[in-house]
Amino acid sequence: MPAPWETVIGLETHVQLRTVSKMFCGCSAAFGAPPNTNVCPVCLGLPGALPVPNELAVKLAVRAALALGCTVHPRSVFARKNYFYPDLPKGYQISQFEQPLATDGSLSYLSPERGIVTATIVRLHLEEDAGKSLHDRFPKQTAIDLNRCGVPLIEIVTGPDFRSPQEARAYLLTLKQVLEYAGASDCDMEKGSLRVDANVSVRRAGDTALGTKVEVKNINSFAYVEKALTVERDRQIAVLEGEGGAGGAIEQQTMLYDAKTNSVRPQRTKEESHDYRYFPDPDLPPLVLQPEFIEEQRAALPELPTAKRERFQTQYALSIEHAAVLTSDRTVADYYEAAVHAGAEPKVAANWVINEVLADAKDHNEQLRVPAASLAQLVSMVKGGRLSQQAAKRVFVEVAERGGEPRNVAEALGLIQVADSGVVAAWVSEVLGAHATEVSRYRNGETKLLQFFVGQVMKASRGKADPKLAQKVLEDKLAS
Amino acid sequence: MNDPSEALASAKAAADRVVKTKRLNACLTGPKDLRKSLVAQAQAAHPSGVLYGMPVAVKDNIATLDFPTTCGSKILEGYRSPYEATAVVKLRAAGALITGKTNCDEFAMGSSTEHSAYGRTLHPFDKTRVPGGSSGGSAALVAAGVVPAALGSETGGSVRQPASLCGVVGIKPTYGRVSRYGLVAFGSSLDQIGVLGRSVHDAARVLSVISGRDPKDSTCEDRDPLRLPTVPESLQGFVIGIPKEYFPADLDPAVRRACDRVIRLFREQGAAVREVSLPHTSFAVATYYILAPAEASSNLARYDGARYGPRFDGATDVRALYRATRGQGFGAEVRRRILIGTYVLSSGYYDAYYRKAQQMRALIAQDFRNAFDRGVDLLFTPTTPTAAFKAGEKLADPVAMYLSDIFTVTANLAGLPAISLPIGRAKGLPLGGQFIGQAFLEDELIEAAYALERVVPATTEA
Repeated sequence: MPAPWETVIGLETHVQLRTVSKMFCGCSAAFGAPPNTNVCPVCLGLPGALPVPNELAVKLAVRAALALGCTVHPRSVFARKNYFYPDLPKGYQISQFEQPLATDGSLSYLSPERGIVTATIVRLHLEEDAGKSLHDRFPKQTAIDLNRCGVPLIEIVTGPDFRSPQEARAYLLTLKQVLEYAGASDCDMEKGSLRVDANVSVRRAGDTALGTKVEVKNINSFAYVEKALTVERDRQIAVLEGEGGAGGAIEQQTMLYDAKTNSVRPQRTKEESHDYRYFPDPDLPPLVLQPEFIEEQRAALPELPTAKRERFQTQYALSIEHAAVLTSDRTVADYYEAAVHAGAEPKVAANWVINEVLADAKDHNEQLRVPAASLAQLVSMVKGGRLSQQAAKRVFVEVAERGGEPRNVAEALGLIQVADSGVVAAWVSEVLGAHATEVSRYRNGETKLLQFFVGQVMKASRGKADPKLAQKVLEDKLAS
Repeated sequence: MNDPSEALASAKAAADRVVKTKRLNACLTGPKDLRKSLVAQAQAAHPSGVLYGMPVAVKDNIATLDFPTTCGSKILEGYRSPYEATAVVKLRAAGALITGKTNCDEFAMGSSTEHSAYGRTLHPFDKTRVPGGSSGGSAALVAAGVVPAALGSETGGSVRQPASLCGVVGIKPTYGRVSRYGLVAFGSSLDQIGVLGRSVHDAARVLSVISGRDPKDSTCEDRDPLRLPTVPESLQGFVIGIPKEYFPADLDPAVRRACDRVIRLFREQGAAVREVSLPHTSFAVATYYILAPAEASSNLARYDGARYGPRFDGATDVRALYRATRGQGFGAEVRRRILIGTYVLSSGYYDAYYRKAQQMRALIAQDFRNAFDRGVDLLFTPTTPTAAFKAGEKLADPVAMYLSDIFTVTANLAGLPAISLPIGRAKGLPLGGQFIGQAFLEDELIEAAYALERVVPATTEA
């Protein structure tokens, strides 16, 4: 019986930097403009035009590199990657090759199988995007849109560190989180601002040598990451196990993932692979970064998700799960902290944010509709006994839909709890009078009926009675 | 000149001279288009400009709005740039009149202007000979008195070599002195716009106008424009180095005699003359013919027929379109260099060729620094190994053609400024000598050239 198969995955992620203009010219880098409108002699590669690096792109790339714990090199070199393609107007892409911007980083993420694990970031480099070939616009013709041409990207390359498609996805979600936190990218896969290529191989568990890798391209949604990698993993295992156990060999090649059919098909084999003829771009001097510049970018970084999660765990005594949910998005984390600073009890506020605020946001275009201060007010009212948990949820929905101060909304809806013991005593007497049988059963030792009486008091008061007070009055009366 | 009527007269006279010298095939712009443009330019030019009304021709690999920019290639036939090179913008701002586009070797690859898709340019003194190249059209127009100055470009001597063969002055500035924005790239790490002029002063004042910082070119130094030196009384105080590697035993005797005459003049003018050695000189041509084609193979990838320029159609898929367009659009010499360049950058050959050549380039640059560190201000050498050669003579032998750049490519490899000026004649044909100076010290170079120009018997047999 051979050892089970082990999947080995490495990822190359292309991320669009959040700049206004392109990497080497002043054209807008915005998504969605009419074809070929965000173009100029430089990004069109017209004869004689020359590139000039975008300083903001360099800053954002450095911040991304620092956020991923990379060593940022004081001197890196732009290189030309040469290949012919109609949407590559210069016939080469400006990238970095022998001397990338940054190397040797890492990113810890929560593996569904192995807990917290660390992926190595082998390198992070700057490059420009190519244009887009549109094959479906005109019958039998290919149209070219060069708006994307020259849009600034970073490529982030990991080691062969992932052991399952699920891990690859978990890493990508964490990467997205960190880059969003760092302000480096909006990581919107639908707009193409985050794109993933994966190197996949399989081997027998316990083997140290890597199997022959296959590159999977065209994974353009988070939803497809697991599917595409699973399909390729299963394909390789099937090949290796062969028909009837014969055992074939994996060919080193590039596969394209087709989301429609959930399958992969070969794009090119190793023999057909490009010789990119990289060489230093003579149009661009080496990118020399002063130590002060790098430190400025470090100082510009906010607290990153892992650090924030750890702080939430200790400072607010939250579970790792709650802290992770609250820090997965910087806006949510800031919202939570604002509610706490406005006086909400941290653990209670965490429950509210996770159960109510995020659920509401999910249904409403990720809008956090109830201001943090209002949430804090709501939480305090519950704690002070002026609002039941149930009533508070109603008030929350009301504030989300129509706005207003929770206090006023609760009053207007008549949901303020009655904490006057005289009034509550009257409701209690009413309930005890109406349930003589239960009273005698209680007095005969069936004390679990107390909750029944509390429920009846709440019913009689139409939810206005403070349940704790009601319970206390009930206990007193039933004891006498 | 600061009178609009004078500028207009200058424009018309220049247009007339272009027509009269049509047989040279030095100017690619048609006479009608040229005249119309020149008149409009003269009317629009600002009289306060330092070059007001001065006709300046521009090599066809420099982008201009008024005329097509073809680089002497079929692949850019009729191509009009939607923007203008920074050097041309600066010329216009100074009031100069862009007097048409000059013929050149295709994409500036060549030393004779025979490799133009639009026919060869004739030497103005002898139609059976070449004017040199690749800026042969610019050199011929200046030598024929059509324009006092013209822009050329150098990757490996393409301004100085034709200047030398045509008996005019040619300046190649320090790499980074003049913006390359709008100069169609050949070997980007070597390319510089240069100036050909009928005198040192004409060339220098045009250089001064086009020099200086340009935010559109990352390789252009952040420096003020060049300030012109005054004409010195003598060469008193100059230490001039004579690199022995530029005077091999088999040097053309007339070239040697002309140089010896110049060296005697240096001493008479009060300069100290010292023999120096630049030991890596013999590797320069080989180094150059690896690096320049490597960069060219990448720079010329964009000419694929997909976006601009003629498309050699009938292709059924994109690969076939590329093959047809590039196969038919580029001439033989360009194709040869693309092949060489692709080869030397290929995986498995990069270290043996490209990387090695880069290392050699660093050694060649170090040779110059060593000489200058030993107190030499300038170097003096012949510009070319011979006077103008016969048309067709070197076409069948690319290496013989490449060797005509043997004395010029070093300054390009080292990024140093150099100026060639006429120093005599051999059987009626001009001979040139060059000063090579220290980076960004064009003023010293020009000062020495001024002094030599005053005393050298430029038009007498050596």
